[in-house]
Amino acid sequence: MTATLTKPPVDVTADPEQPARKRDVGGFLNWVATHAIGLALGLMFATPVVFVFLTAVMSDDQAFTADLWPREWHWENFVEVFDKAPLLQYLVNSLTYSLLATAGMLISSIPAAYALAKLQWRGRNLAFLLVIGAMMLPPQVVAVPLYDTWSSLGLTGTLWPLIVPYFLFDAFSIFLLRQFMLTIPQSYVDAARVDGCSEFQALVRIIVPMAKPGIAATALFCFLFTWNDYFGPLLYTGEVKDQWTLSLALATFKGMHIVQWNSSMAVTFLTMIPAVVLFVFAQKSFVKGITFTGVKG
Amino acid sequence: MTATLGARPAPGRGRARARHRLTVLGFMAPAIIGFVLFFGYPLVATVVFSFTKYDLINAPEFNGLDNYAYMFKDPLLTKAIANTLWFVVVLTIARTVFALGVASVIARLKSGVGLIRTLCYLPSLAPPVAATLVFFMVLRPNGGPVDNLLGVFGIDSPLWFSDPAWAKPGITAIMLWISGDLMIIILAAILDVPQEQYEAAELDGAGPIRRWWHVTLPTISPVLLFGIVNSVILALQLFTQAVVAGSAGSGAADATGSTKYLGFPDNSTLTFPVYLYTQGFRYFDMGYAAAMATVLFVISFAVTIVLVQRMRKNSTAEEGGPGA
Repeated sequence: MTATLTKPPVDVTADPEQPARKRDVGGFLNWVATHAIGLALGLMFATPVVFVFLTAVMSDDQAFTADLWPREWHWENFVEVFDKAPLLQYLVNSLTYSLLATAGMLISSIPAAYALAKLQWRGRNLAFLLVIGAMMLPPQVVAVPLYDTWSSLGLTGTLWPLIVPYFLFDAFSIFLLRQFMLTIPQSYVDAARVDGCSEFQALVRIIVPMAKPGIAATALFCFLFTWNDYFGPLLYTGEVKDQWTLSLALATFKGMHIVQWNSSMAVTFLTMIPAVVLFVFAQKSFVKGITFTGVKG
Repeated sequence: MTATLGARPAPGRGRARARHRLTVLGFMAPAIIGFVLFFGYPLVATVVFSFTKYDLINAPEFNGLDNYAYMFKDPLLTKAIANTLWFVVVLTIARTVFALGVASVIARLKSGVGLIRTLCYLPSLAPPVAATLVFFMVLRPNGGPVDNLLGVFGIDSPLWFSDPAWAKPGITAIMLWISGDLMIIILAAILDVPQEQYEAAELDGAGPIRRWWHVTLPTISPVLLFGIVNSVILALQLFTQAVVAGSAGSGAADATGSTKYLGFPDNSTLTFPVYLYTQGFRYFDMGYAAAMATVLFVISFAVTIVLVQRMRKNSTAEEGGPGA
């Protein structure tokens, strides 16, 4: 069931030596129609961002009009938004949250995923079901007692209530890493054991190097999830402005700091860049990771 | 699979087994502690809090079933449940059908697959707040791109996030734009359908549409079920897009979206989680919020069971061979 999406579907019909037949005309029209629809779909997904970008570089006045194309290109809009709000502070907060959470996740989730994928023990299936249960649970369900606890520890108003859990337990990452590790043949682990490796050595020397693409995908998802998170930062840092993340700040940007469309679209555009950059550099990991969440039971 | 323990040249079986248990415990320890602290305890505590009156400052006060009884008298809760049900039905159907449609088109492409797949997938990586603002701009009724386009056909643009009738469809449009992850999952499943099945159907004289209906759809039905369950969960949790669309639509998004604007316009974007958040963390009626959380827990638990059962069915079908 593991589909590798890295390759386009095998083309069985495009044989150049195929003799010309009547069917080919229909086939050609079919090809044109399919590709026209495909292209239209691609454009449909891309155009909203194009309009965001075009609005972002308009002048203050023009951004209010119905114009779609900028008369002048105000590139400085992307710089000036940094004066209108403490974006650098928000960026630092976002990076703190995302990087620390991802590091913590790797430390805590890799061993747990290994135990769930490659070790035999009683209660393993139950433990895996609990991981899935935790993964599916809406974050609002446990918000009241958690907020209560963090508040009594005096840590509300900081990002720590969001970061600390990743050093212990992140259900989605454990799930995804386990799915990846299941695809590594058991014989590698058994061979390592015969050679006298401890389980820890087997994990570090055999599994981790082999699961690198899976670990990369999991880290990417964890980084993006925390980068995009809105509910968590809103819950714990909503009242403390200098702890806001970019996502949280962006939500208040339109209307609060500035009413100009060009500035709010410039910030919107800037917050989307990390995802695009990560995707460009790690396209295969993304696609593989996404596929694993759905297809592999 | 059971040979794993025996493979270790152990001096004494009992000692080896004890050591094995310790190893497992060592690997699982952070996860076990984390699960207990961040899921086990708060789940129990939520249920306990739901029988109390608690404002975070004074100690919780037992009030029996008052919170649950109040639910039946709370018109805003009825509104919130209706909104969330709307999303569970419309969003689930729209998202699954849309993702299936796009994936089916991409699967038939012969060239440009990579580019188009990337274009369709990328929006799903955007921060939900950003995606919401993107649509807020694109759909703005006074001269936005969609308004321009509709103007060409002489149609007046709906007021979208300012009109109670159009705010939820607007949010649904955002959710479709960022449904690329489900698209990729379905696409992978379609590309996994054995080629022979298509060839057999073709020999029987089935055209492309009948092949899609009789071969593709039945084969990928487990993945479609995953898509449906996944979409239901997404709809039950819908929070960010609703809050951001509501506060941006109200035109006065002050710090973190002040209480009076959540649900704008006319409470049409007040989803169940948004209302829970409002009660718990704006009005600090933690007991009532906990009661709502308990209800949300019971519902998502039921949905999760459907998913787990499907996964079990799948894995028993797959693990036919000897343990890897």
